[in-house]
Amino acid sequence: MADIRNNFVGIKSPNPFWLASAPPTDKAYNVERAFKAGWGGVVWKTLGEEGPPVVNVNGPRYGAIWGADRRLLGLNNIELITDRDLQTNLREMKQVKMNWPDRALVASIMVPCEEQAWKAILPLVEETGADGIELNFGCPHGMSERGMGAAVGQVPEYIEMVVRWCKQYSRMPVITKLTPNVTDIRKPARAAKAGGTDAVSLINTVNSITSVNLDTFSPEPSIDGKGSHGGYCGPAVKPMALHMVADIARDAETRGLPISGIGGVTTWRDAAEFMALGAGNVQVCTAAMTYGFKVVQEMIAGLENWMDEKGHRCLDDIIGRATPNVTDWQYLNLNYVAKAHIDQDACIKCGRCHIACEDTSHQAITAMVDGVRHFEVMDDECVGCNLCVNVCPVEGCITMVPLEAGVLDQRTGKPVSPVYANWTTHPNNPMAKVAAE
Amino acid sequence: MATGHFKDGITDGRLPAEAYADNFSDLHPPLDHHEALVESDRCYFCYDAPCMTACPTSIDIPLFIRQIATGNPLGSAKTIFDQNILGGMCARVCPTETLCEEACVREIAEGKPVQIGRLQRYATDVAMDEEKQFYQRAASTGKTIAVVGAGPAGLAAAHRLARHGHDVTVFEAKPKSGGLNEYGIAAYKSTDDFAQAEVDYVTAIGGIDIRNGMALGRDVQLAELVKSHDAVFLGMGLGGINALRAEGEDAKGVENAVEFISELRQAEDLTKLPIGRRVVVIGGGMTAIDAALQSKLLGAEDVTICYRRGKEDMNASGFEQDLAAANGVTIRHWLQPRRVISHNGKVTAIELEYTALKGDKLTGTGEVLTLPADQVFKAIGQTFVPAALNGSVASVELEGGRIKVDAEGRTSMPKVWAGGDCIRGGEDLTVTSVAQGRDAAESIHKALTANGRA
Repeated sequence: MADIRNNFVGIKSPNPFWLASAPPTDKAYNVERAFKAGWGGVVWKTLGEEGPPVVNVNGPRYGAIWGADRRLLGLNNIELITDRDLQTNLREMKQVKMNWPDRALVASIMVPCEEQAWKAILPLVEETGADGIELNFGCPHGMSERGMGAAVGQVPEYIEMVVRWCKQYSRMPVITKLTPNVTDIRKPARAAKAGGTDAVSLINTVNSITSVNLDTFSPEPSIDGKGSHGGYCGPAVKPMALHMVADIARDAETRGLPISGIGGVTTWRDAAEFMALGAGNVQVCTAAMTYGFKVVQEMIAGLENWMDEKGHRCLDDIIGRATPNVTDWQYLNLNYVAKAHIDQDACIKCGRCHIACEDTSHQAITAMVDGVRHFEVMDDECVGCNLCVNVCPVEGCITMVPLEAGVLDQRTGKPVSPVYANWTTHPNNPMAKVAAE
Repeated sequence: MATGHFKDGITDGRLPAEAYADNFSDLHPPLDHHEALVESDRCYFCYDAPCMTACPTSIDIPLFIRQIATGNPLGSAKTIFDQNILGGMCARVCPTETLCEEACVREIAEGKPVQIGRLQRYATDVAMDEEKQFYQRAASTGKTIAVVGAGPAGLAAAHRLARHGHDVTVFEAKPKSGGLNEYGIAAYKSTDDFAQAEVDYVTAIGGIDIRNGMALGRDVQLAELVKSHDAVFLGMGLGGINALRAEGEDAKGVENAVEFISELRQAEDLTKLPIGRRVVVIGGGMTAIDAALQSKLLGAEDVTICYRRGKEDMNASGFEQDLAAANGVTIRHWLQPRRVISHNGKVTAIELEYTALKGDKLTGTGEVLTLPADQVFKAIGQTFVPAALNGSVASVELEGGRIKVDAEGRTSMPKVWAGGDCIRGGEDLTVTSVAQGRDAAESIHKALTANGRA
């Protein structure tokens, strides 16, 4: 049986599935339920400084997009950090950590960008026995208007400064949570590393308006007819999150920096993908908010099952395994040639491959052959773009078949070269590097 | 004394009163809003969609389904009505399992086609409930057209002609309009007086004057219509039925299935509609199924369909056969009627002979089966009655016993078009009748207006 125990920057948990800092981790009641359900750890919902509690809107805090059967595909929220008293949170955290010593309990923190504010809160958190802290530099709404959250995360210098304070005033491991609402995620990651962070976690939510009410012309969620951008999460954001995780994992400056992967993790498979791209564990929120805490049981069993099937013994066997395969476009093998192939036995003759190719691509798929409805790839036109595979409703019906070296590519009239060659040396590239004489 | 199911003879009130409403409720209840969204999402929006090709009226099915999925049911209804103004009834009565849904790629993929018929009903119901009219009449052309028969073909023709600005007078023999939609078709396929609601919806465009109780050959003559109108469309359906050609078939209790179905449709109180204890239906088409199944639903104890060929030769679809079987109707094959046995003039049994194919020819084997029956329904096909056409006018050429038309629906007689069940090549389906009526109307319009320009 695969061993899925997790050690993330020294924080141990029985599995790599943590609940992200969010409403599911706002108080002891929820966290106790989560641990009973099997979650490996939680990042307690973000604590603010002492004083009058944060105020939330009293109308809708969430917006969503759905599939046809109301399957939730993306969720957006405008909730702020915890609106409970700091001392109450600290007291509950301490009790929960005592009750569940084998689980990870990390405190998310967001206080003003002033040294004194951080210096004040860190010992209080440390006293709870929390395993570490996560710096909320990602929250994109509300708090960012007050110079916190994403307002810090978008300025690398601020990130570095605050991380440095945290490392200075606390012995706890520091995880810096990054906002995706930047042009290049490597910049804030590098800053966090420069400040001495133990890890980064990403992504926080994406700036978003989920929809517009076409009767009232109010954005959703609508608060008395007005709406504000919220933070988008759930399955829809996963591809963006994977990309950003990979970018940090393979960046020369941040390579090896532990990453806690966040963004649309809904199944064990999502988690495995994040870890393969370099995440040391994952954090989950929307899946739990959609289906309840029980989903972790599928994640645990699914991950173990897959690892057993593939012979991976522990998480270190899979973490970062896909990272070396992420590269820049310029290094992709231009001599690799694949052609779409339609399995005629599996084809249900919907014609979507044809019309996608005919109207929008390369006119490489027939619709009619000898007067009969028949969809077949014309190898002399197919550029191997994969669009037909993606629009085909039948899984496995259309596949991309690589041409072996030496085989004639009917489109170019040339045999497939056995040699790897990329854009950097391509004759059409004015910047091509000339091979040494 | 035996009561209910087990009372001998032909009698009413076989079931508890409340059972009738349940038995004759909607066969396919309407999809609710969410069901329609989920079902519409199953459509793959196929290129050159096979369902559309399979539809006799060529409704753009992928488009109307996508319009449902995107929250535009009125746009969806218009897509349907553009091709088929009786899309509401067709959604209820089309044998979709042998038309669009048989061709659906999901039928091929997983044996579960998109429920096109029910989606079509969803969209058309929305439009009709809102009394949304999509078409305005073109400026009046001053041309007048007589339409004979207010069934599917006649109504489709009348609507299309009215749209083009012509004035249409419809002559309908029956007291109500709708043709077989009103007088044929099983009651559970057209509940809540839908046929009349549809007639009102179709005629709301204006310019259509329906005169009920006016039969061709009795109250109006073709020669007069041709003289007094710019064109005539014949859509009077089939007036006769085939005889059993079995000895003793004039016994009391041997009845015409079409008339039984019509009586049932028109019955104000189904508890008062008599039905036999043991019913035998002779035939293999939709009429046979409708008569047999409704006999069962009225409380007959034992209902048997006897068809002279095999299961695969039956005109009734597999779905219809299964529906009948699921409701307790026995379907027997390779049996042809030979003799009706009666006592005191009332049928008591029917003697049938087994059949077999000898080469291509169906012959009796000599082996005989006698089924007890106190009611026998003849459902072995309807026939066109040409008497109404001829006499005072030059003959309209027939072919195979029905009116011969060309590809545009023109008969051999100048100024006269025809469509629906009365023409040669009709499939005896509502939807094909609609297509023929619509297309004949376009042909008439073209003929009257110099290539469509008024």
